[in-house]
Amino acid sequence: MKLALFGGIYSNALALTEAIRDARQRGADAMYCLGDLGAFGPHPDRVFPLLHEHDIACVQGNYDDSIGNERDDCQCGYTDPRDNHFAQISYDYTLARTSDAGKRWLRQLPREIRLSVDGLRILLCHGSPRRTNEFLWESTTSTAFLERLCRQADTDIIAGTHSGIHWMRRLSGGRCYVNAGVLGRPENDGKTNVWYAMLRTGPDADRSDRMSGRPAWSVDFVPVSYDFRQLAEQMRQESLPDEFIETILTGWWTTCLEILPSRERRAGRW
Amino acid sequence: MMPTPETSPHIELRSLDELWFQVAGTVCNLTCHHCFISCSPRNHSFEFLSYDQVERTLRESLEYGVREYYFTGGEPFLNPDLTRMLIRTLDFGPTTVLTNGTVLQDDWLDRLRRAEQNSRYSLEFRVSIDGPSPDINDPIRGNGTFVRAMRGVSRLCRAGFLPIITMTQTWDDRQTGPILSRFRDILKQHGCDRPRLKILPRLKLGAEQQRTEGYGVTERVTPDMMRGFDRDQLLCHHSRIVTSRGVFVCPILIESPDARMGSDLSDSMQPFEMKHGACWTCWQYGTICTNTTWMKSPTVEARSS
Ligand code: SF4
Ligand code: SF4
Repeated sequence: MKLALFGGIYSNALALTEAIRDARQRGADAMYCLGDLGAFGPHPDRVFPLLHEHDIACVQGNYDDSIGNERDDCQCGYTDPRDNHFAQISYDYTLARTSDAGKRWLRQLPREIRLSVDGLRILLCHGSPRRTNEFLWESTTSTAFLERLCRQADTDIIAGTHSGIHWMRRLSGGRCYVNAGVLGRPENDGKTNVWYAMLRTGPDADRSDRMSGRPAWSVDFVPVSYDFRQLAEQMRQESLPDEFIETILTGWWTTCLEILPSRERRAGRW
Repeated sequence: MMPTPETSPHIELRSLDELWFQVAGTVCNLTCHHCFISCSPRNHSFEFLSYDQVERTLRESLEYGVREYYFTGGEPFLNPDLTRMLIRTLDFGPTTVLTNGTVLQDDWLDRLRRAEQNSRYSLEFRVSIDGPSPDINDPIRGNGTFVRAMRGVSRLCRAGFLPIITMTQTWDDRQTGPILSRFRDILKQHGCDRPRLKILPRLKLGAEQQRTEGYGVTERVTPDMMRGFDRDQLLCHHSRIVTSRGVFVCPILIESPDARMGSDLSDSMQPFEMKHGACWTCWQYGTICTNTTWMKSPTVEARSS
């Protein structure tokens, strides 16, 4: 099986459209979204029809919980006043522009989706299996910890998003953690593309991964190019912060940098 | 010992996410007036941990699935084995060291930077400086300490690290904005082009208790206050600290005899009665000791695991 895993969409319907096209072209059997459909970008309501039309099952992210239940903020928990300032602008915008039908739908999304595919137990979540808004960064997450999460959640593969940068770790016993990255904004690497993950299982896994005698899987991280200039233009028309638009145009994060561990921070420009 | 209210809530250890080492005991080259464990060059109530103790504990920690390791004191860099311990810890997981920045040496930092580059995990430095100038910092931390600590920050930046500066708040809330922006400028002048700053609340314990006042009897967490409270906000819900005198519930309470949980990790899994004034500060401010802020959230409760 080929499962396309989309991370946070952040209202980037243009990138989502390209990701769907790409996943179909690669022969995806199913597509999933790991939550945070709104935020950051323009016109949140443009994302829902795409998800419905293409049968994309979604996990509820912290943003979806907040918008769906009309809470006061996005629950990202930024500690820096400047980050909070920008986060609040985009939150208030998204809350005001999400239709009631959209909110109702966000409200009922599940916190996790469990799949059983080609002998593998797969758990799709937003942050971590135990906490929707837990950040799992590559440089601050030990292997022993990920093994424990798999054990406690009784699963072979955990897939999540939330932190915004894709990575994966192979664990003992043929288990694995995958962070699918996000479709909503670039990865703080000076490139304008975004990312998703393709999980291939059973006969679709790489030959080398099928040799172990265990249920097999392989992961590809797929870069997605889209019309980022058009996105920037839409954001401008909606009066979203220039700092966000700069990220879309340059590929460097300009806000929410305080939450990055030093290694991930050093990889960026600011 | 302070009087305690009739009932205090108990907090269980949900899981051992962060493991702390009080690697320099209560020994420090400084004697800050607000130190919550009264550290000083002469306070030997807790001694240094040895390399072997750290190694043994790291191995023991694997079965608990520890996510991150923290080193504190006193001043960790007074322990002559610290560099070696940090390098070893980077084989196990992300590592953070809390330092006052005044005794750092370039060759240690170069070795540590190389070790970090060879590891998949980050090595974070947290340097305590209590304000952007000697006139705010030095009355609390001692004469000349601002300049010495900033020299340490420059060394760290030169070695390629991005230190987190932690300040204990001794000023009025309204001054926080200007203090932060002034500190950012000063840090940039010292070669730190991406300043990371974190403000900590005062804990009215140890030397700070002498400096100002201790906790009042009503400053306690009650069972009511824990209803609906996100327990992940409290360090003791997901951490323990290893000291020369055994495993304690958290880095804050090591001078309270009841905070000692046992001699090794396996003894330290039981719940703890939150009867201390410091628990009240934690309840108000959330996880103040770790790098990761556990997100305050009314609804996204951790599912017990
Ligand atoms: S606050 Fe830190 S630097 Fe100051 S005396 Fe205590 S341990 Fe030493
Ligand atoms: S002082 Fe804070 S961390 Fe320590 S036991 Fe009390 S609440 Fe927990």
